[in-house]
Amino acid sequence: MMPMSPMLFALVTLCGGLGAVLRYGIDAFISARTGDVLPWGTITINVSGSFALGFATGMAANAHLNEAWLLAVGTGLLGGYTTFSTATVDTLRLLQAGRPFASLANALGTLLATVLAALAGFLLSSLL
Amino acid sequence: MTRTMSTRRSTLRPIELLLVFAGGSAGTGSRLALSLALPQTGSLPVTILLINLSGAFALGWLLAALSARGPETGPRKKLRLLLGTGFMGGFTTYSALATDTMLLFTHGAVATGLGYGLGTVLLGALAAWCGMLLGATRHTSKEGAK
Repeated sequence: MMPMSPMLFALVTLCGGLGAVLRYGIDAFISARTGDVLPWGTITINVSGSFALGFATGMAANAHLNEAWLLAVGTGLLGGYTTFSTATVDTLRLLQAGRPFASLANALGTLLATVLAALAGFLLSSLL
Repeated sequence: MTRTMSTRRSTLRPIELLLVFAGGSAGTGSRLALSLALPQTGSLPVTILLINLSGAFALGWLLAALSARGPETGPRKKLRLLLGTGFMGGFTTYSALATDTMLLFTHGAVATGLGYGLGTVLLGALAAWCGMLLGATRHTSKEGAK
């Protein structure tokens, strides 16, 4: 990783705060409109954020995006937007609610969908 | 927001957005600082793994400890938004987990990718479970401790 200026560190950090606010707003919006079969808000956030990071990673690999931008968008915005801790607690709450299949579907389904989304974003970037 | 202002119950209050922003910034800054202090050496993103596991443990602990103290009143909700939704949400990351797993696959390290992805999810669930147990059984004598 390149040496990081305090300005870039601050920028990445603030982008993370922005990502967290986006997550909060989008989760509230989706959760109010979907049932509680699965935590669709968190799932949507993690899948869309993984797609975007796959895309940004591909753009950086093709030298269309420099490392400072990848840090701000990837580590900052998308890192703050997506969340592993909430997804994991969601999985356990489904288990505690006596719904082991929904719990397993949330855990494995999110992993599978996010990895496929990251791959789709990565492949899409190579078309540009 | 293109919707009308009269959304039913999920109105986003400015103070709540500010708490999530502050926590999310601090969480992201902590993740970045750890990534800089412990740069990846091998093929496994060990630092992100440790961040996600410790964050899952801490969020499990926090949510259980908060709900063990009673219904979610103003201060408890503010703490959850600042430390849970904000800090732990910003500290942990799913996009890096997914992208690193995808990159391991595309580089032909299928077993490593499977191990990393499934291992993070499994160990994360165990970590959050431990946190929840610890948070729920914690003695709640420190009332109103700030």
